[in-house]
Amino acid sequence: MHAEQEKIISDSWMFPTTYNQLVSILVSGMMIETRDLTKKFNGLTAVDHVSFNVKKGEIFGLLGPNGAGKTTTIRMLATLTRPTEGTATIGGYDIVKDDNEVRKLIGLVSEKIIMYDRLTAKENLWFFGRLYDVPKEVLNERIDELLRLVQLSNWKSSQVGTFSSGMRQRMNVIRALLNMPEMLLLDEPTLGLDPQSSVEVREFVKKINRENKTTIILTTHMMVEADMLCDRIGIIDHGKIIALDTSANLKKLVSGANTTVLELEIANLTTNMVSLIQSLKCVNSVSQDNSTHIKVHANGDEAFDTIIDSVRTEKGKISSVKNLEPTLEDVFLYITGHEVRDKADRKIPVRRHRHFMPRSRAR
Amino acid sequence: MGIKSLVSHSLMIAWKDLMELFRNRMMLLMLVLMPLLMMTMAGFMFPSNTSTSHVSVALVNQDEGYANYPSASATLIAALETMNSNTDMMTITSASSLDEVRSMIQAGEVEGGIIIASNFTLSLVTGKQGAITIVTDQTNPQMSMLLQIALKEVLEQMGTWLAQQNVQGLNPAVNSNNSLAIVKPYIVQTEGAVLGDFSYFDFIAPGLMAMTVMMSVMTGLPAAISHEREVGTLDGMMVAPINRLSVILGKTLAQTARGMLQGTLILVLAVFLFGVTIRGNILLIFALLLLGVFSFVGLGIVITSFAKDQETAMMVMMALMFPMMLLSGVFFPIQQMPWYMQSISKALPLTYATTALRKVMVLGASVSMITTELAVLIGFGVVMTTIAVPVFKRVITR
Repeated sequence: MHAEQEKIISDSWMFPTTYNQLVSILVSGMMIETRDLTKKFNGLTAVDHVSFNVKKGEIFGLLGPNGAGKTTTIRMLATLTRPTEGTATIGGYDIVKDDNEVRKLIGLVSEKIIMYDRLTAKENLWFFGRLYDVPKEVLNERIDELLRLVQLSNWKSSQVGTFSSGMRQRMNVIRALLNMPEMLLLDEPTLGLDPQSSVEVREFVKKINRENKTTIILTTHMMVEADMLCDRIGIIDHGKIIALDTSANLKKLVSGANTTVLELEIANLTTNMVSLIQSLKCVNSVSQDNSTHIKVHANGDEAFDTIIDSVRTEKGKISSVKNLEPTLEDVFLYITGHEVRDKADRKIPVRRHRHFMPRSRAR
Repeated sequence: MGIKSLVSHSLMIAWKDLMELFRNRMMLLMLVLMPLLMMTMAGFMFPSNTSTSHVSVALVNQDEGYANYPSASATLIAALETMNSNTDMMTITSASSLDEVRSMIQAGEVEGGIIIASNFTLSLVTGKQGAITIVTDQTNPQMSMLLQIALKEVLEQMGTWLAQQNVQGLNPAVNSNNSLAIVKPYIVQTEGAVLGDFSYFDFIAPGLMAMTVMMSVMTGLPAAISHEREVGTLDGMMVAPINRLSVILGKTLAQTARGMLQGTLILVLAVFLFGVTIRGNILLIFALLLLGVFSFVGLGIVITSFAKDQETAMMVMMALMFPMMLLSGVFFPIQQMPWYMQSISKALPLTYATTALRKVMVLGASVSMITTELAVLIGFGVVMTTIAVPVFKRVITR
C-alpha cells in the first residue's frame, strides 16, 4: 500500500503548474477565494453574496439543510454554473474567465454518481482519464492504484451497473482523483450510504487530504460528518453563510453564551408542559423528539433549576435528565433558530392527523 | 494541439456512447427490428390494383330485353363472370333494385353495386348507348375508387368487344384485328426512364433510408444529451478541461454511426429481401446520407439546448417528426398534395434528402444532376449549425 501512495504523492500533477499560480498561492496561501458569490434562478436567490476563503491543504465544510445553496455553490466553483454576481478564484484562476485552467486543478465528486452503468469500472475510469489527457501508460497504472486503494481491484472488469451503492460511491470518489487534482470538491459524498460505507468514504477523504495534501471542500447536511472531517465549517442557510469557524470555536458560540442543553425524559409529558417550558424566560427553544423526550435549549445560570421546577409544578414525572455538551446541531439551532431537519420533518405528522387519516377512513 | 485534443476527446465520447449502445441488448435488437418493420409495413400497407380481391359486389339486372333479340345484359354478365373467374376480383351477389343495393351497402353486406338499366338491350339494338350504373360506398373512398376503376376497365373491354362485333356486323370484310383498330385507334404503352421492374419498395427504400438516418441524429442527440444531463454524468464531461464542442461532436459521431448502421441495414434488406435494384453509385448514396446527417445535426442541437429534460425533448421530437415523415415524400409523392402542403413540404430538408437519394438510387443520377438538393441540404446544415453551436455553449453552463 505504501509504495502506491508515495507514487500518487510524488506525482508531478499535484504541484502548481504555472508561475502565476504559484505566486498567487504563496502570497495568499489560499486555494479558494470567493467574493460575494451569488446565483439567482428566475428571481430566486439560491446563493446570496457568499464570501469565504479556503486555505491550501485544508478540509473546508459547507454545512446546511437541503436547499440552502450548498450544491449551487459547489457547482459554481466547479465551473458548471456561472455566478450571477461576484467572483471566485481557485488556485489563482478565475472560475469564469479561466474556467479551463480551473478544471485542470479540480476534481468533482457530485451528488449524483458520475459513472456509466453499462461500462466496466476500468472503462469508466479510462474514459474520464483520457478526457484529462492523462498519458495512456500513466493512466493504466493510476487506474490500478486507485482501484486498489478503494478495494475494487477484483471488480475492474465488471459493469458499474452491477455494483452496490457503496461501491458506486467509492468509484465516484476515485473518478475525481484521476487527474490528481490539487483541489477536491465533494457534494454530499455520503448521501444515501449505509453507516459503514459512509465511514469508509470519510476515512478515504481524510487519507487523501493527509497524504496528498489535497485541499478539500465538501458539503453535507450531516453534523457528525462535518464535525469529523472538517478543519473549518461554514454554516449556510437560505443561501447565506451565517457562521464560519472551526468546529470547536463554533461550539464555543453556544457554551460561551452560557447555554444549557437539557434532554428530559418525562413519563407523562403533555403539550401543556411543553408550552409552559417554551414560555419560560430563560428558554431559547424546545424540540420534542418523541412522546416522552424533549430537548431544551436555555440561557443563564438558573436555567436548570427553573426548568425542573416548572415541570414539577405541572406534576411531571421526570424519568431522566441529561445535561448535554453542545453539538454542531445545537450551534445550528442557536444561530438560525430552527433545526437542520426542520423543513422536511415538521409538517408531515400534523397533516396526517388532521387531514389525511380521517379521509382515508372515510373511504 | 487544440484541434488534436478536440478530435481525440470527441472520439473518446463517441466510443463511450457506442459501447453503451452495444451493451444494451434490447436497444440493439430494436436497432435491427425497426428498419425491418418499417420496410415491411411501408411496402405492404399501401394498396395496389393487383392486390385487391374478393370485393363483394351486388348485381342488379333490370334489363327487360327487346323482342326476339338476344339479351345484351346476359352476354355482359356472362363476360363479367368469365373475367372474374380468372382474377377473383369480385364476389358477385344478385339484388333486385337500387334501393336494395343501397341498404345492402348501408348494412355493410356489399362494398358496391352494378345496376343494368331496364332498357339496356333496347338501347343497344336501336343504336343507342346502354346505361350501366355503379353504386359506391362513400365511407370507404379508397375502396370505392378501386371498384370504379376495376369496373370501368371491365365495362370498357366489354364495350370494345361489342363495338367490334357491331363493326364486323356492318361490314363482313372487316376482320377482328381491323375492327379493333377502328374502334380503338390508339394504343398506349408505358415505359420508365430506366429499364427494369419497379415496385413500391423502390420508391420507399430511399425515403426510408434518408428518414431513418436523419431521425436517429435528430432524436438520438437530444435524447442522449438530456439523458446524461438528468442522470448527472454530463457534469463529468463538463468538469473536465475539454472543449465543449467535443461533447456535441462526439455524441453526433456516435449517433451518425448508429444511423448509418440502420441505413445500411435498410439498404441490405431492400436489395436482398425486397428485390430493390440500386442503379446509382453506392459511395454517392452514403455521402448523401452523411450530408443529410450534417443538415440535421444543427436542428438536433437546438432542440437539445431548449429541452431541459428527456421527456420534453421527446415531445418536441415527436411534434417535428410526424409532419416530416408525412410531408417529405417518404411515403407519398409530394406532387399528390395540394399546393399549400407542397410548399410546406418544400421547406423541409428531409424532402430534398429523399428526392436526391431517390434520384441516385432509382434513376442512377450523378452528382451534377442533384445540385439543387445538395445546395439546399448544405445551406440548411450550415445555417442550423451556426445557430446551434453558440446556443448550446451558452445553455450548457447555465
